[in-house]
Amino acid sequence: MTQIETIASDNQATRVASITLGIGPLSGIEERLLKHAFPVASAGSVAEGAELFIRTTPVRVKCSNCGQESAAKPNRLVCGHCNDWRTDLVSGDELLLIQVELDKADESASHSDALQ
Amino acid sequence: MCDTCGCNITPGNEHLISPGGKLEKTQSGNEAVSVLHNLLHENDHIAQHNREHFNAHGVVAVNLMSSPGAGKTALLEATIKALGDEFSLAVIEGDLETENDAERIRKHGVTAIQISTGSACHLDAHMIHDALHELALDGLDIVFIENVGNLVCPASFDLGQHANIALLSVPEGDDKPAKYPVMFRTADMVMLSKADLLPILDDFSPERAETCLRKLASKAPLIRTSAKSGDGMENWLNWLRELVAATRLTVQQNPDAHQHTHHHHEHRNHEHGHGHAKDRTS
Repeated sequence: MTQIETIASDNQATRVASITLGIGPLSGIEERLLKHAFPVASAGSVAEGAELFIRTTPVRVKCSNCGQESAAKPNRLVCGHCNDWRTDLVSGDELLLIQVELDKADESASHSDALQ
Repeated sequence: MCDTCGCNITPGNEHLISPGGKLEKTQSGNEAVSVLHNLLHENDHIAQHNREHFNAHGVVAVNLMSSPGAGKTALLEATIKALGDEFSLAVIEGDLETENDAERIRKHGVTAIQISTGSACHLDAHMIHDALHELALDGLDIVFIENVGNLVCPASFDLGQHANIALLSVPEGDDKPAKYPVMFRTADMVMLSKADLLPILDDFSPERAETCLRKLASKAPLIRTSAKSGDGMENWLNWLRELVAATRLTVQQNPDAHQHTHHHHEHRNHEHGHGHAKDRTS
């Protein structure tokens, strides 16, 4: 919430319309619980009433044996091609604030900032 | 993950913020600010600060995680007995309530700081930072952080440690790594504790436990120990000795990695001039 309030105040926003998070199954965060908690956590803040979008990022691994990438499950991170267990996680443990959509009193144009 | 090198952007999410991606702009005409900040940024920032403190004092920090009752405190007691003359040790204890574990450690003549987390089910970097204000790091070799007994939440919070150890005790069952992948894949070493019970609890297969661990793409060694009988303790102590040597070498070779910048903006409770017990490093 601190990050969101900072972004809102840096951009002179009056209200946060939506928040988009990227969450991987290996981050340890439960999407359902987070959605329940959000209205309470945002109450009284600039983000009260904002829509919360959660993008689940896929679990993917890159194999050190055959070099290929494949989809994996949180408790089975072996290579989908050669079955080797020596893999590195490519995605699936993210816990990211991806985007914040802001309401500005005098703003009509739409634009997207570059990555900060 | 960090926010400076772009490693937060992975093949799993980069399409979202690419030109034309779903998140590039919004349909309603509102301003969309792309952020891609790790939500645990504040914790990770303090964790790095803690790590720099440990490095500046040549201290190796080891985070012990397991379910409640897997034998973390017993392992520490046995370790203190075995290594007390070789290394100078201290322990940071995390529990919801009581000073019981800290008192057990203090009986062995080792400094123990107890963190009572109240209802929080894990330690975070802020709590460790506060504990470091009570602990003089000068002259110490290893600080053990005994996390709250829990196989879920502690895995998500970097504390500033140099190594994570997950204990899997024989009575818990050999499939715990498959059930709690987030925890076990963060471990640099997995300790099969209470191994003296293997002949009695013969449905526990160490091989099956190792298979579950390898399926998480973990290269962590699996060490069998019994703090009670002493079996396997030497393997653990050797692993620890190697960790201390390797960590110190890494810190020596990367002097820039432990520059102690002490930028105190935005830190919670930081109006105190940073007297970390006896040491003052800035």
